[in-house]
Amino acid sequence: MTDAAPTPAPDTARIRPPRNQWWDVWDQFKIHRGALLGSIVFLAIIAFCFIGPLIWPYDATYIDIRARNQGMSWAHPFGTDQLGRDIMARMMSGGQVSLAVGIVAMGLAMLIGTGIGVLAGYFRRIDGLLMRMTDLFLALPLLPLLLVMSMLFRQPLSSAFGVETGMFLLIVTAIGITSWMPTARVVRGDVLALKEREYVLAARSIGTPPRRLILRHVVPNVLSPVMVSATLMIATAIITESALSFLGLGFPPDFPTWGRLVNDGIDYLQQYPGRAMLPGVFISLTVLSVNYIGDGLRDALDPRIRGR
Amino acid sequence: MSVQTPPKRPLVEVRDLKMHFPILGGLLRRQVGAVKAVDGVSFEILPGETLGVVGESGCGKSTVGRAVLRLYEATAGSVIIDGEDIAAMPAEKLRQKRPTMQMVFQDPQASLNPRMTVAGIIGEPLDEHTDWSRARKLERIYELMDAVGLNRDFANRYPHAFSGGQRQRIGIARALALNPKFIVCDEPIAALDVSIQAQVVNLLEQLQDDFGLTYLFISHDLSMVRHIADRVAVMYLGKIVELAPVAELYANPLHPYTEALLSAVPEPDPSIEARKDRIVLKGDVPSPANPPKGCNFCTRCPKVMEICHRIDPETIEAAPGHLVACHLISNKQTAGSTGGPEAERKQTENQQGEVA
Repeated sequence: MTDAAPTPAPDTARIRPPRNQWWDVWDQFKIHRGALLGSIVFLAIIAFCFIGPLIWPYDATYIDIRARNQGMSWAHPFGTDQLGRDIMARMMSGGQVSLAVGIVAMGLAMLIGTGIGVLAGYFRRIDGLLMRMTDLFLALPLLPLLLVMSMLFRQPLSSAFGVETGMFLLIVTAIGITSWMPTARVVRGDVLALKEREYVLAARSIGTPPRRLILRHVVPNVLSPVMVSATLMIATAIITESALSFLGLGFPPDFPTWGRLVNDGIDYLQQYPGRAMLPGVFISLTVLSVNYIGDGLRDALDPRIRGR
Repeated sequence: MSVQTPPKRPLVEVRDLKMHFPILGGLLRRQVGAVKAVDGVSFEILPGETLGVVGESGCGKSTVGRAVLRLYEATAGSVIIDGEDIAAMPAEKLRQKRPTMQMVFQDPQASLNPRMTVAGIIGEPLDEHTDWSRARKLERIYELMDAVGLNRDFANRYPHAFSGGQRQRIGIARALALNPKFIVCDEPIAALDVSIQAQVVNLLEQLQDDFGLTYLFISHDLSMVRHIADRVAVMYLGKIVELAPVAELYANPLHPYTEALLSAVPEPDPSIEARKDRIVLKGDVPSPANPPKGCNFCTRCPKVMEICHRIDPETIEAAPGHLVACHLISNKQTAGSTGGPEAERKQTENQQGEVA
């Protein structure tokens, strides 16, 4: 070999062994200011919703009719509603449901969307079938579908899992299976381009079976668009859930969710504007922080951006 | 040349390989034609030998390389590597056979996954085909990095942090990971600048000596092929028009296309370069979807004859180890005449007059 070859210098004999790539991801993530701020806000919201009820003395469904329509005070920092229920407690338990619906529905939609997109893009034989199915789902209107679904499945689900869990499953499934299509299309397009890349060919020449080839080479490289739609999906899911509950297709009326609280507050918007705005602010904060986290994650997962 | 050594069993034997890509058309997406990217290619490569494949862009060089490794499903023909027919092998058996044959790709930027570290990329073949412990794999990765002249400290970096030449070294290290016998080099130097080209070619030669590798070296750089190859196949429009030991081919090209290609190689001496009469081919390569009748080269051949438009020339052995597919040569051989050239030239002039 020519002298151009960098000869391994003896003094650098102590070479760091390859470390887990997730450390690199974390190193980049923690210097992304927006993402860090976003995660702090998001964690604070989660702590408020899930740890708060353990500390807060009031129950979300406890009615104290003499203390109704109170403003902010030390006893009730967010005030009370028209039945005298503590709004802070209702925000906490409403947040649990809304966050859970948002995250689980997003996860489901991303899973279906990415799965179908990757399969359709990678295997030409099932491409037509899967994409026509996507078109079919795009043509389905959400509300009538949900009406049918709740007619058919509300009873069996409620008796099997209880009213709230049953409804939760129903809503999450409904939102999940009606919102994966844009992701599937974007992912399919990306996979079609990716599978012609030479590194995919190289992996095939090594003898990598399609399953591992997809997981190792294709999926990591379509992560960016998936991440973007995932962060947007959480917001959409929370809002869709509130719309459904408002129409009486979702959770029962006395069961608080953030969307439900907004809808309840709208009736009193003139007298007590804070009552509708507070859950709205929480929804917006959640969405914003998740967007920033998604942004930071996307940058951190891309080695080409990492380290800048 | 290794061809003259007592007959060895060829490591790679390609027989009548055809790779046709279907053209779908119409409302029902029926097949209305085929792009004959590779149309009946045969050659063999002896162990330890380098077969160069040259030809202009779009003549099917890369397709041959990929079809030989069965990255494309060949339309017809057989590819026997190390005694087993790759083209007809079931999937799982093929997977186990993969370590014997590897590939180095043209574009080192595109052939490395941007989201994997160098260690991950070089170690991927090991993950697929061995059940070694992590430490042993790492040892092998370092060994390979040493072999291709990469600093061991680079193992944690990502491909974007490297220059083109270094990336190509990573690609070569990956190809070497499983101790292959046969490597297809698909224009491994085309995307590199000239000084780096020399480094990579020297590296490939050195590795060939060290590990006894056999190369199918695809390139359009004739001088580089002359340097690295033992024998050279010249391809035109999906067919091999001439195949000969490297010295023989460059000293005594028989096919008019080879002559034209060789006349295009720049000469280092400017006085020779000025006096050299270049053969400039007119027109473009015909579409492989609709190749001309008769000899594929008949539309551009400066020595075209009437017979070329009718009959596709057979490949014949003009001299020991020198195969060529051209009517000029087969005519000469069948007629057995030695004073042919003048008559032939006259004839070709007539022909050209007719064609023009």
